[in-house]
Amino acid sequence: MQALELTVYCGKKGLERRVTGGYVSDLLSDVMGHADTGQVWVTLQTHKNVMAIASLKDLAAVILVTGHKPDENTAHQSEEEAIPVLGTHMSAFDVTGKLYELINK
Amino acid sequence: MNRYSADLHVHTLLSPCGDLEMTPANIVEFAAIKGIDILGITDHNSTRHGALIKKMAEKKGIFVLCGAEVTTKEDIHCLTFFENNAATESFQEYLEKHLADVKNRPSIFGYQVVVDEEEMIIEEVDKLLISALDQSLDQVEAMVHSLGGLFIPAHIDRPSYSLISQLGFVPSGLNADALEISRNTTPGALRKKFPEVAGYTLTGSSDAHFLQQLGTLVSVFEMETRSFAEVCKALRKEDGRGVRVEERGK
Repeated sequence: MQALELTVYCGKKGLERRVTGGYVSDLLSDVMGHADTGQVWVTLQTHKNVMAIASLKDLAAVILVTGHKPDENTAHQSEEEAIPVLGTHMSAFDVTGKLYELINK
Repeated sequence: MNRYSADLHVHTLLSPCGDLEMTPANIVEFAAIKGIDILGITDHNSTRHGALIKKMAEKKGIFVLCGAEVTTKEDIHCLTFFENNAATESFQEYLEKHLADVKNRPSIFGYQVVVDEEEMIIEEVDKLLISALDQSLDQVEAMVHSLGGLFIPAHIDRPSYSLISQLGFVPSGLNADALEISRNTTPGALRKKFPEVAGYTLTGSSDAHFLQQLGTLVSVFEMETRSFAEVCKALRKEDGRGVRVEERGK
């Protein structure tokens, strides 16, 4: 997280979750079908359904790209589910590239 | 109680993807031939052709709901309808303010023209109408309802640009007046797959971009008479009124 200079918006309680990989998509229906437990989800979607799906798939965290911030009820859900929502000004491409290097070190 | 066939999702040639044959005059003519009683004019992010079609259709005894098919910032298409010109015009200003500032390239997306009764071009719209607004689903819903309008997420079962494709499922507490399904499913099949749609009225419409598609999927409204207030009541299934989806041949 520090290596990527991410902002922690909410869900601090979940920061110790183990990250097993990542998934990048803005179609929530696609994430429901293809993301796996423990992955970090990189997206620009900020709707509260993001947290419902993160919880359903037991994801490690959500990273919002290009400066997007979580909606109010998304942040609330994130606290409840203890799944952190993080943010960056980087694009999905840039943050995913760095994340891939970190995870596969 | 009377039955009215409604096609509430029709594009005109103003939508870049709308066929150039989709002029107000042709749409009214075809709608009459197809026995459509209620027509919803829903160009992408523009209400500009509604008033003219309403005026022309009235002469043929067709009731028109003016509105637009809005693209929210989540890339969800939603139908919107308004009761009068003042509300429609306020919403048009909102659309123009919030639509992404991207110029249309007609060679790729198609022409975006406003025409008159005689099919003469009055204006070519510069901003690409199939872009998205910078407004969320909830923000668009709140705006539409503040103007007394109807808010109906479009073709929610489709694999792209739909409530379900973009948000995975119907968000709890969504304040929609109905949910529109595409011809690729039926109300029964959809309710089975997505139980959360249970509390909502379902509509079906053609999403016509070409004349021959008009009226191929309709919603039959059972209500007293044709008015905005009666349409609202039928969508809420009040006082014995109701709506059901019906597929028809071309």
